[in-house]
Amino acid sequence: MNTQDAAINPRITPGPPDPVGPEVNPFADVDFCELERSLRRPRTLVDLLLSNLVSAMTMLALIPLFSVVLMLLWRGGQRLSLDVFTQLPPAPMEQGGGFGNAILGTLIMVALAALISIPLGILSAVYLAQSRPESPFAGAVRFGAKILTGFPSILAGVFAYGVLVLTFGGYSAIAGGVALSILMLPTIILTAEDAIRMVPAKMRDAAIGMGATPTQTTWMVLLPTAMPGILTGIMLAIARAAGETAPLLFTALFSNYWLFRGGFDLKQPTASLAVLIYNFAGMPFDNQVDLAWVAALVLVLLVLVTNLIGQAFSRRQIHE
Amino acid sequence: MSDINQISRPPTHSQQVVDTAFRWLCCGFACLSVLMVALIMLEIAKDAVPAIRQYGPGFLAGTTWDPNTGQFGILPEIWGTLYTSFLALLIGTSFGVAAAIFLSEGFLAQAVFQILKAFGLQFHPVLGKLPDRAEVLLKNLIELLAAIPSVVYGLWGLFVIIPLIRPACNWLNLKLGWIPLFGTTLTGPGVLPAVIVLAIMILPTITAISRNALVSVPPKLRMAAYGMGATRWETILAVILPTAARGIAGAVILAFGRALGETMALAMLVGNANRISVSLFSPANTLAALLANNFPEAAKKDVGVLMYAALVLLAITLFVNIIGSIILQKASAGQEGGK
Repeated sequence: MNTQDAAINPRITPGPPDPVGPEVNPFADVDFCELERSLRRPRTLVDLLLSNLVSAMTMLALIPLFSVVLMLLWRGGQRLSLDVFTQLPPAPMEQGGGFGNAILGTLIMVALAALISIPLGILSAVYLAQSRPESPFAGAVRFGAKILTGFPSILAGVFAYGVLVLTFGGYSAIAGGVALSILMLPTIILTAEDAIRMVPAKMRDAAIGMGATPTQTTWMVLLPTAMPGILTGIMLAIARAAGETAPLLFTALFSNYWLFRGGFDLKQPTASLAVLIYNFAGMPFDNQVDLAWVAALVLVLLVLVTNLIGQAFSRRQIHE
Repeated sequence: MSDINQISRPPTHSQQVVDTAFRWLCCGFACLSVLMVALIMLEIAKDAVPAIRQYGPGFLAGTTWDPNTGQFGILPEIWGTLYTSFLALLIGTSFGVAAAIFLSEGFLAQAVFQILKAFGLQFHPVLGKLPDRAEVLLKNLIELLAAIPSVVYGLWGLFVIIPLIRPACNWLNLKLGWIPLFGTTLTGPGVLPAVIVLAIMILPTITAISRNALVSVPPKLRMAAYGMGATRWETILAVILPTAARGIAGAVILAFGRALGETMALAMLVGNANRISVSLFSPANTLAALLANNFPEAAKKDVGVLMYAALVLLAITLFVNIIGSIILQKASAGQEGGK
């Protein structure tokens, strides 16, 4: 680009001085003051004003982030102790307590959701990445995934409620997991497709040239090479699912007890960190509100760590 | 030659069978993912049918919600959903696009470079990279706003935003109460705190997509504008923003879809009051918050009504999302043609 321009534009070189005639100043009617950058000119002033306005607005947009983090550390950090991880939620008016069952519930439901959405998402992505770019069916799948990305999370809960809770007559960890899996699916499909498409064409061609079937190529070349990118997508999806509240409100509901009370059973109401924060934030008891802040701190840490792991993976993705 | 034959050979029969089966499996799973959207719509519509038969379109215009008398209407919720989302979009767009311009036009990199230059450090092996690093860091910080769960924003709004803005709101009501916008006092949860938090939540979406649109404006256009003597802002306002307008419009519409469907922050901050008011300080309700509050303790006979409300929410968000996606798709297609 730059070298091309240089080739097109003839280098400006000072020609030989005019041998005859008086020296004529070619810049005689140019007012040099007008070419200088001056704050008295409106266009310069507008420029400066807008630049400062935009900088200030960007900084202002970051204030909530710092405020949230500081509040979490201040109000959540005070009560953070080992107890909150091992004890059960307190009854109203009761002191102490924790949310061990909610952490466990969140982990179990996110794991369930991952179990459903990872195979579904990756295989769909394999199909999309193998399809021709102009294929209308692949376009439809991609469009569906994009629509699902902006899908209100509460409607995933409504769906799981209609399919599982109404049919099997009860709130359960399974229904919560299914609702979360719907929200994880589009992220996994779209990032995994990108990652698989980024695998250098040489590697794919080499495998096919060796006589590998498309399936062998997928399993032995494409998926291992694209794995960092796919894992990034999975981590982002998990981070999003862990923080979701709306789809769990009326699928997993809440529970004040351990999930494995009386045998390990996924078909009973299950606590989760996000729903605990929602429930406790609205209570008129200081102890519960404090616990909500601690739970929020734990949840944000969980989500951020998952996000960071995902970003660490994305740096190892091989680009063409 | 024999070595090559050992490594490369045609697939055996069983490998071909596995291959065909796997390809069909992938195709089937892809079908399943796209069917998921249809399945969700069908399921919600199916459960809503009894309520649609019973209440008909009058449900959309009714203003009472009373399970005891069996009277249901969601006009206040529809109004609240659109009103809060629209206001949040106004705030979110202005800040989001400003941040996108700030992050794409090299303002920060230039500022950091100037500082380094003042100390004569602009070519330092480590510090010299700082201008680019600072911009990436700021972009990541803005994206971090999106990573915080909405229920945490709700908690923060409840205990930080509401106490913070309440004195100012009540002062406005006292002095300017004749303006409908300030017509009531802020007693606790209300429209304004919900709008502020909602705006913060959609800002990262707007910034990320708008920044992509701004960055992919062909550099030639920028160079041409500068070459003609335009100032930086003349270039931005007259050349770059119009070129990226489609991408930014797509971002705004997608963010609108997000705002319409956002549940937790609103359920915690909007006040859940069944009323229609233009006042920024009055409590209100939204469709998503209505679902979140009523589903957990819904009686069997009321589930149909809630499904009807869910169907309305689904229709509104789906419509907005599809339009946003189509605009973005056209924007990126147009840009590829322009290069």
